[in-house]
Amino acid sequence: MPSAISERFDVLVIGGGPAGIAAAVRAAESGVGVGIVDDNPAFGGQIWRGKSEDEQPREAARWMRRLSESRITKLTGLRVFHQPETGVLLAEKNENLCELRYRSLVIATGARERFLPFSGWTLPNVMGAGGLQAMVKGGLPIRGKRVVVAGTGPLLLAVAAYLRKHGAVIPAICEQASWGSLAKFAGALWRHPAKVARGFRLKGELGTVPFAASSWPFAAEGKEKLESVTISRNGKTEKIQCDYLACGFHLVPNVELALLLGCGVENGCVKVNEWQRTTVENIYCAGEPTGIGGVELALTEGQIAGLVAAERVKEAREFFRERKKGRHFADLLDQTFRLRRDLAELPTPETLVCRCEDVTYSRLKACSSWREAKLHTRCGMGPCQGRVCGPAVEFLFQWTPESVRPPIFPARVENLAAVRATAPQNRSL
Amino acid sequence: MPDGITITINGAPVRVPAGATVAVAMAMAGQACRVSVKGESRGPLCGMGICFECRVTINGVSHCRSCQIVCEPAMDVRTDA
Amino acid sequence: MHGHSRLNRNMANGEFDVVIVGAGIVGAACADEFAQRGMRVAIVDREFVGGGATAAGMGHIVVMDDSDPQFALTRYSQRLWQSLRAELPSDVEYEACGTIWVAADEEEMNEVRRKNDYYAQRGVPTRILDAGSLAEIEPNLRKGLAGGLLVMEDAVLYPPCAARFLVERARTKGAELRVGPAVVQMGAGCVRLADGAEIKGKILVNAAGAEAPALTPGVGIKKRKGHLVITDRYAGFLRHQLVELGYLKSAHVVSSDSVAFNAQPRKTGQILIGSSRQYGAEHKEVDQEILARMLERAQEYMPGLGRMSAVRTWTGFRAATPDKLPLIGPWPEDASVFLATGHEGLGITTSLATAKILVDQVSGAKPEIPIEPYLPSRAGKEHAHA
Repeated sequence: MPSAISERFDVLVIGGGPAGIAAAVRAAESGVGVGIVDDNPAFGGQIWRGKSEDEQPREAARWMRRLSESRITKLTGLRVFHQPETGVLLAEKNENLCELRYRSLVIATGARERFLPFSGWTLPNVMGAGGLQAMVKGGLPIRGKRVVVAGTGPLLLAVAAYLRKHGAVIPAICEQASWGSLAKFAGALWRHPAKVARGFRLKGELGTVPFAASSWPFAAEGKEKLESVTISRNGKTEKIQCDYLACGFHLVPNVELALLLGCGVENGCVKVNEWQRTTVENIYCAGEPTGIGGVELALTEGQIAGLVAAERVKEAREFFRERKKGRHFADLLDQTFRLRRDLAELPTPETLVCRCEDVTYSRLKACSSWREAKLHTRCGMGPCQGRVCGPAVEFLFQWTPESVRPPIFPARVENLAAVRATAPQNRSL
Repeated sequence: MPDGITITINGAPVRVPAGATVAVAMAMAGQACRVSVKGESRGPLCGMGICFECRVTINGVSHCRSCQIVCEPAMDVRTDA
Repeated sequence: MHGHSRLNRNMANGEFDVVIVGAGIVGAACADEFAQRGMRVAIVDREFVGGGATAAGMGHIVVMDDSDPQFALTRYSQRLWQSLRAELPSDVEYEACGTIWVAADEEEMNEVRRKNDYYAQRGVPTRILDAGSLAEIEPNLRKGLAGGLLVMEDAVLYPPCAARFLVERARTKGAELRVGPAVVQMGAGCVRLADGAEIKGKILVNAAGAEAPALTPGVGIKKRKGHLVITDRYAGFLRHQLVELGYLKSAHVVSSDSVAFNAQPRKTGQILIGSSRQYGAEHKEVDQEILARMLERAQEYMPGLGRMSAVRTWTGFRAATPDKLPLIGPWPEDASVFLATGHEGLGITTSLATAKILVDQVSGAKPEIPIEPYLPSRAGKEHAHA
């Protein structure tokens, strides 16, 4: 029997990236009992985690310090998989079951990279852009390695700069968005001086790295692992020898927990009102799950959610203007890095779309809905539960995703079964 | 590698830097994390524990996500079937 | 009885010989059988082939002996599956893994012996396992079990792909698959769709599973909810389908919720864990209480299951009849309507025999087994006596 941890909080925050940290810190200022949970071994989210002190933007260091100096209960390595009853979440930490009870909940589950299938994308050493960065943070030696960075979104530049700083050689950055839309993006950035400053810093760090717009990975080649990448650029293809391909197509909000709890989700984003409240009483959402908007918006939304969850509504209002600005930026991101349809032509009939179950593009093409594809081909039925192939098939076939069922993350059978033991039903005499 | 540790990967001892994740150790040893349903070699994709491509067998326990686990001395790691 | 030749006469005016409502495994098998015998078939479903209870079920091809008619139907159908086996595409994942009825104690060993005799007399290959040999062939079962009965020809398959195979085969013989608007009404030779369209047929087959009473009011079927859990891949952990003999005690309880240990090795190396039975539970959400009970039961028999990673849970609705036998044949209240439903947990197993028996009735051929126990008119008789 796994040992069960049981904790109870006034405000429970799920997700320890910028939005979650801001929400937890703000809520805790009021003296209420706050807990923050992250599934990774450390806080900070994909953006802040694992960077050394001097690599960290000052803002990040400040928030991390506020978190560590607070009296917030900090739980890492916990993966929420189930809601057995209202106000109770179940999580796993390694093999152990944890029960988390809350009065108010802040969902700050962040985003993940969107992956699109193309020939050879399943070869080892083809990774997400954020994925390769995380591996380098985890100790992967990258000095002297050739890394092609490709896909779309602001993350590409940030990752390329990070890798270069750690000694990688970047033969090319391929951005699928056109120069036209990138120029429009740059032109609209005057309203976001912080972003401009960061952009200039990145530009400095990237130096002479070749950057191509309207360019994307066409195929990855190699025997046992990646050896080269063929990129498409201005209608022509070009083969580049490399050790790694860091490839992501912007971000997708993580909405599985929100869906499990019955929160309304629209166009892949959690619906919230001006108080960051979801369609469910006492459940708030902040950061990327409400729409991809970057770190500043996440911090703003997180603070609003944390303050409202701790019943400090008036103070929350002070962040509304900043949030409006952040959402303007989110709209810009959305317009600029919208995927071009050319990318839907990349998979060949044999290209695998579902990596867990090795389902090819041609098998999916024979289906007419996500559910049919799942049941007839097993696409999305593996342990990633469609987190990787789901956004891809949505783009390729315009299939709408299905509702979620527990467990929203693979969990031990004994932990799915142990629910009754840890949460006995109230029995009246 | 002054503060390195030694683990076993597919039967062979491998020296890795302290603090390295198991996924990193597999990459350094040039070993595939897992073999897919149709027999392809696979390595990490997302780096954050959601894609399950970096699954390995650690000390006999299959399907462990190596990108989320830091190497410990004498760990026995194998490519996941 | 309708003659085959009479059915073909109306083809010119766009009328089908047979319109089958429901493209689950039973409807698919019927479409295939009607088409094989030269009839013009339409099969209608609101979603896609094999998307309802067919997708929710475990997919076993098993003989059962709750009653003689149940045995006759399951065995007949199992043999039909065996003869089809060579034609099944690989994604049907047919695997003759055999079933072990697991006996926990001496009382259940008596049941093993009784079952063994019953099957032996009827030519079903079996083997009685003592405690030692059970532990040897399924080492991950808990220690201390009394033994079991191995039913060697039992098999498992992946039902949605099996249903699709049958529909595709029917289509090569001219059957039409119509997926889209739901059927809202059927009777008097006409199936009406939600968009107002009509499909006419000499014969209408209600193969809508647990939804059958909505289209043919008065059909005595209740929904019996079930839960299942599937794990990640653990090749070799489990070799046979395992069912606890206590299942007999729980499955027969028709009044209350029950769980029983039932585990299946899938060809993928995944383990499918069941089973639960609930009446009166209409919502399709996972019921935590029953899920927990079901998994606890499974772990009592196979403690190692507890450490496995569960990737998915789901529910489905079995179409249950009071006497646990399906309804196959003409519906007494409408000469054009035939039923092929009420298979409860045995729809995958008995789909092929159901189709044979139904088409035999329609075409006037002599069925291979006595069909009276499955005729929908039997229910009326029972009511008359009550």
